[in-house]
Amino acid sequence: MTMLSVTRRGLGDWVASLAAVLAGLAILALGLSVAGYDAAGALAALWHGAFGSWYAFTSATLVRAIPLITIGLGIALAFRAGALNIGAEGQFYAGAILATWTGLHLQGWPRFPAVVMVLLAGVVGGGLWSLVPAWLKRRYGVLEVISTLMLNFVAEALTSLMVQGPLQEARGVYPQSDSIVAAARLPLIPGTRLHWGFALSLFLAALLWFLFRRTLWGFQLRATGTNPRAARVSGRINVGAVAAAALIGSGMLAGLAGSMEVSGVSYALFQSLSPGYGFTAIAVALLARLDPRVIVLTGVLFAALETGAAGMQRDAGVPAVVVYVVEAVIILVVLVADAGARRRAAPVPEGAAA
Amino acid sequence: MMLAEPGVLALVGSFAAAAVRISSPLLIAAIGETVVERSGVINLGLEGAMLAGALAAAIGGSIEGPWFGLVLAAGAGLALMALFAGVTIWLGADQIIAGTAVTLAAIGLTGGLYRLIYGAGGVGLSLPTFSAVSVPVLSRVPVLGPILQQPVPVYLGFLSVPLVWLFLFRSRFGLALRAAGEAPDAARTAGVPVRWYRTAAILFGGAMGGLAGATLVLAQVGTFAERMTAGRGFVAIAIVVLGRWHPFGALAAALLFGLLTALQFLFQASGIAIPYQWFLMLPYALTLLALALVRRRVAAPAALAKG
Repeated sequence: MTMLSVTRRGLGDWVASLAAVLAGLAILALGLSVAGYDAAGALAALWHGAFGSWYAFTSATLVRAIPLITIGLGIALAFRAGALNIGAEGQFYAGAILATWTGLHLQGWPRFPAVVMVLLAGVVGGGLWSLVPAWLKRRYGVLEVISTLMLNFVAEALTSLMVQGPLQEARGVYPQSDSIVAAARLPLIPGTRLHWGFALSLFLAALLWFLFRRTLWGFQLRATGTNPRAARVSGRINVGAVAAAALIGSGMLAGLAGSMEVSGVSYALFQSLSPGYGFTAIAVALLARLDPRVIVLTGVLFAALETGAAGMQRDAGVPAVVVYVVEAVIILVVLVADAGARRRAAPVPEGAAA
Repeated sequence: MMLAEPGVLALVGSFAAAAVRISSPLLIAAIGETVVERSGVINLGLEGAMLAGALAAAIGGSIEGPWFGLVLAAGAGLALMALFAGVTIWLGADQIIAGTAVTLAAIGLTGGLYRLIYGAGGVGLSLPTFSAVSVPVLSRVPVLGPILQQPVPVYLGFLSVPLVWLFLFRSRFGLALRAAGEAPDAARTAGVPVRWYRTAAILFGGAMGGLAGATLVLAQVGTFAERMTAGRGFVAIAIVVLGRWHPFGALAAALLFGLLTALQFLFQASGIAIPYQWFLMLPYALTLLALALVRRRVAAPAALAKG
């Protein structure tokens, strides 16, 4: 896949990203006005919901940014290798299921090892879930776009099965699990509901940035993603293996996000644990041009949009779901701007880009 | 009604009817997507087109009845895919990501519009639906009978299979369209306006996606709910691959998916206690398995998703 530019970030990219966000908000405002809402009031409610108070910012926006950043880093990893992982949602649930199961069985463990075990369980769950499409691609050539998508539905059904079956709470009334043991819960930052997973997501962003920029593996990843044929012909890069590893690593990060959500926010498994993090994270990674450092910013931005949307629904009566239109516009504007930049950088014969 | 007459035949008949009912929206969407992919484009916005079609069908159906709903649904799917064609074919955006974004936009738009029009309470919307039309004589044959009592859109869906086959494999335009998907550069040299063919294919796929959503609303459920397509558009894309980019292949794959999904009704009727979620997973898991087995023998259109 050569569609996604992972080049060094220039001023033009920042301008395009800013334009994309503004275009998304402008279209939202326009649509709301046409629909008869008070657009200015709605946007004010959106802002207030996301940034209105220190508590809203840390305990709603930043908490929501944690899974978006973590999954977004995984998406960047996969996309850089040309592996189009659309299945982060399923990998998130696979991680959450295994983390919950682990967290229910750690009675008597001290805090630190218990938390580590739960998070590792999430990594393993997400990794296993993405192992399937990686293997199907390598062994049978099944497009990972299709297989990761299909596995989202399997994971959702599996979650539903778990919360109504093996992992259902002891009384067997609600479709949810019991709470994991207290020792397995990520500590909160005092005065907020922000858990230490935020620090972990920042660390992972730094780690991935280092991997991408400073290691041979990062180079192989970039070569595989930007020009697989050249990488293969060079004879030094096993293109299929690099892409498979990136896909599995991507699943591990999504699974980790699932376990952090259980260990730091919900303390239990729910059927609707993710409000579509796996898909929003694609927008997060794309707007950041797959740069781990920028993913931290875009993750917070999209988290702000979504928590703000909840505020908008509460205070201005605008359905929160319309925020997906904003996200879609942002993705489309970034894609079009990138395509335009690529055309200018490497002029191709008329029609060859069609 | 069908279960009133006891016996295995009746059970098999109602099972087969359920399979056909489940597969028909998938088939309609997959036939459209087959044409799209043959032109060299993969459209993950299909899910969005189905969702937009479903809401448009609900709105149109409540205003002027099911036929108007059908027309409005095709228009909604087409309009949404005009956006997709614009950004991918004419502005060079990546097809897979743009398709995902278009589906995201459709979720937001339909959710917002639905609440705007019908209120946030989510009051059950009850729509006039197509009534079942029996095929004369044949509909009284056991097993076959229950299958041949379907609403009109279902028959239209099945009729589209040979029509699209004729177009793709027996017409000059179909040949040019396939050339656009297999060897766009050669096709362009030969004077085929590749971009226009792909645009037309995407618009057709959007209209079919809209009709598929309408079939769900106007021929089956009789109401609209947010995200009611529940991934059927993505399943239709898998069906296209499973059907080896061939209309009759898509027909077989859609029926297979319908049969697998309908298995749960058979098991429920038989009284075996297996959690229903296993039957939710089964079609997807087996589709993956089938993809692994099929893919080795038949290749995708060479220029698929290559931009």
